[in-house]
Amino acid sequence: MAEPAPPTLEVSGLAVEIATDNGLARILDDVALAVAPGEIAGVVGESGCGKSTLVRAVLGILPRGARVPRGAVLFQGADILGDGAAAARGRIGFIPQDPYLSLNPVFRAGDQILEIMRRHAPGRRADHVRRLVDLLRAVQIPEPEAALARYPHQFSGGQRQRLLIAAALSCDPALVVADEPTTALDVTTQREILALLARLARERGLAMLFVTHDFGVVAGLCDSVTVLYAGRVAEAGPVRAVLDEPRHPYARLLLACHPDRATDLAGIPGTVPPATRQPAGCRFHPRCPIAVADCAAAVPPPVAIGGGRRVACPRHDMALPVAELA
Amino acid sequence: MAAYVLRRILLALPALFGLVVLSFVLVRIVPGDPAATLAGDAATPQQVEEIRARYGLDRPLAEQLLVHLRQVMTGDFGRSVFSDRPVAEEIGQRLPATLELTFCALAMATVFGVGLGLAAALDHNGPVDHLVRLLSVAGLAVASFWLAILLQLLFAMDLDLLPLRGRIDVELGPPAERTGFFLVDALLEGRRDRFVDALRHLVLPAVTLALPGLATIARFTRSGVLETLQKDFVLYARAAGYGRFRLAAIYVLRNAVTATVTQVGLLFGALISGAVAVEAIFDWPGIGTYAVRAILSADYKALLAVTLVVGVVYAVVNVLVDVAQGLIDPRVADTSE
Repeated sequence: MAEPAPPTLEVSGLAVEIATDNGLARILDDVALAVAPGEIAGVVGESGCGKSTLVRAVLGILPRGARVPRGAVLFQGADILGDGAAAARGRIGFIPQDPYLSLNPVFRAGDQILEIMRRHAPGRRADHVRRLVDLLRAVQIPEPEAALARYPHQFSGGQRQRLLIAAALSCDPALVVADEPTTALDVTTQREILALLARLARERGLAMLFVTHDFGVVAGLCDSVTVLYAGRVAEAGPVRAVLDEPRHPYARLLLACHPDRATDLAGIPGTVPPATRQPAGCRFHPRCPIAVADCAAAVPPPVAIGGGRRVACPRHDMALPVAELA
Repeated sequence: MAAYVLRRILLALPALFGLVVLSFVLVRIVPGDPAATLAGDAATPQQVEEIRARYGLDRPLAEQLLVHLRQVMTGDFGRSVFSDRPVAEEIGQRLPATLELTFCALAMATVFGVGLGLAAALDHNGPVDHLVRLLSVAGLAVASFWLAILLQLLFAMDLDLLPLRGRIDVELGPPAERTGFFLVDALLEGRRDRFVDALRHLVLPAVTLALPGLATIARFTRSGVLETLQKDFVLYARAAGYGRFRLAAIYVLRNAVTATVTQVGLLFGALISGAVAVEAIFDWPGIGTYAVRAILSADYKALLAVTLVVGVVYAVVNVLVDVAQGLIDPRVADTSE
C-alpha cells in the first residue's frame, strides 16, 4: 500500500464522564485509537476499565447522564457524538456480548433482524428477506428460511450469536463493533464464532473494533491491540509486537497472568480503583512494582516508541522485579 | 398451541367442580333454616315441614349435594323461591347486562391503564409519572359507591350530559333481543339511536367500575416497562437503530404486558363483585342486583346459580388470559408442553 487508507474509525482524546451518587466518574480519559478498513483492532482490559463505555460512545448510545467533556469519535470523518450520528449509525454493525439476552424473547428472530434492515434501508420486505437468507447462509445457520420464523429460545447460544452477526452485517456496515462476542459461549463454539468473524471481516473488507478481556482471543484474531487500564490507554500497537514484548508494566503483568503463558498464576496485587476515586498521576502506580514518586505526580502521556507502538509509561524500559514475572 | 389451550380448559374443570361443592356446602351450613325462611313468619310448623319435603330439604346433606350436582350438570338450576320462575331463565336475561358492563369496564381499564402505565414509565420520575401515580392511588383509594354518586351528581344532575340510571331510555325501548348485549343488538337491527343511547347509559357505570382496575393495570404496566427497559435486548435494539416509538410502544410493551395480562384475569373477579354495588346504584338490571335480591330473600337456588355462573365466566376469562399469554410470549406455550 503506497498510502495508508484513511481510518474508518478514529477516536481521539476521548473523555467520558458519568454523574454518580459518589460524584463525577471519569470512565474514559484521553483514549485514542484508529481502525483502518480491513483491520481488526482489539481493545483489551479488565472489567471496569471502560470497555463497554467505549463501545457505547462509538455506537452513539452513551447512557443518560453521560457527557463528553473532550475528544471526538469520527466515523469515516463524521463526528458520531455530534451531528454525524444519524448518518454514521446506519453503517456501523454491532455484535453484543450476550446472545442469550440480546434478542427479544417474544419476537421472531427474523422479524427482529428485518426491523433493523428496514430502519437502515427502506425497501420491499421480500428483498430484505432474500438478503437476510443469504446472510444467514453466510453465517452458517442451517435451514435459513425456516430459521426466520423461529423464536430466539429455539436457537442454541452459538446460533444466536450467528444471528446477531448476521444482524450486524445486515446494514452493509463499514465498521463492526463487537463487545466480547464470545464471552458467553463455550470454548468450542467460541473458536467457531471467532473463525467466522475473521473470515467475514477478510471477505468483506470490514473494519472491526473487537473488545475483549481475553488476550488469547486478541492474539488469534486482531491486527492491532489497545490495552486499557482504568479508562486510559496503557499501551497500543501491532498485536504481535505488543503480545510478544509488552512494555507497559500493566500489560506485562496482565500477560503474565494469562493461563496460557503463566507458570504461576500470581495475579496482579490490588484491584482496579473505582472510577470515582482514581489516584492522581498514573492510575496504575499504586499497583505498579516499578513505580516511583514521580508516577503519582503527573499523568504520563502515551509516547510513541517506534514500530507503531505507544506506551503510557516513562519507565517502560525498566525491568520488572523477577518475582513478579516468575 | 392447541394442546396448550386444551390443557388450560381441562385444568379449569376441577376448579369449577370445587366451586359447586363449596358454594353448596357454604350456603347450607350457614345458620338459618331455608324451609322456615321460605315459609315465612306466619307459617305453621306443618307448612314448614311441607316445604322442607317439597324442596328435598329433609334429605341428608350428601344426598342433596348429589341431586344438586346432577341438576347443575343438566343446566337445571331449579326455580327461584322468590319469583317461582326458573333460575336459569332469570339469569339468562340478566347476565348479558352484567357482561356488557364488565367487558366495557375491562376494555376501558386495559386500554387506558396500559397507555397511562407506558406513558408514566417513559417519563420515569417526570411530571407524567407523578400524575399517573396520583391517579392510580386515587383510583384504588376511592370507594366506588361514593365515586358513582359523585359522577351522577356532576354528569347527570348538574351538567345533564349523561343519563342518571338504567340501561336504555324507557321511551326508546330495548333493541330486539338477539345476544342480550344492547350495543350489539342495536347494531344488528341498525338502530343508531338505540346504540348511542345504550352507550350513553353505559358510560358512568363502566367508568365507576373500571377505575380501580385501571389504576392496578397502570401500576403493573409501568413497572413492567421500567423493568423491560433495563434488559440487554433493549440496549441492543437501540444500538441496532430501532426507532424510539417502535422500541417503546411495540418492542418493549409486548414484554412488559405479560404481567399485566395475568392481572387482567384476576381483575375480572374484582369487576364482577364491584358490579354488585355499581349495578345497585345505577339501577342496572344485571346479575349483581339479582344476587343482592337473592341474598336478602334467602333464595338459595338463585344464589348457587349466580355463584356458578360467575365462576364459569371467571374461568373462561382466565383461560382466555392464558391463551393470550401464550400468544404474547411463545416461551409460555412451549415450556408447558
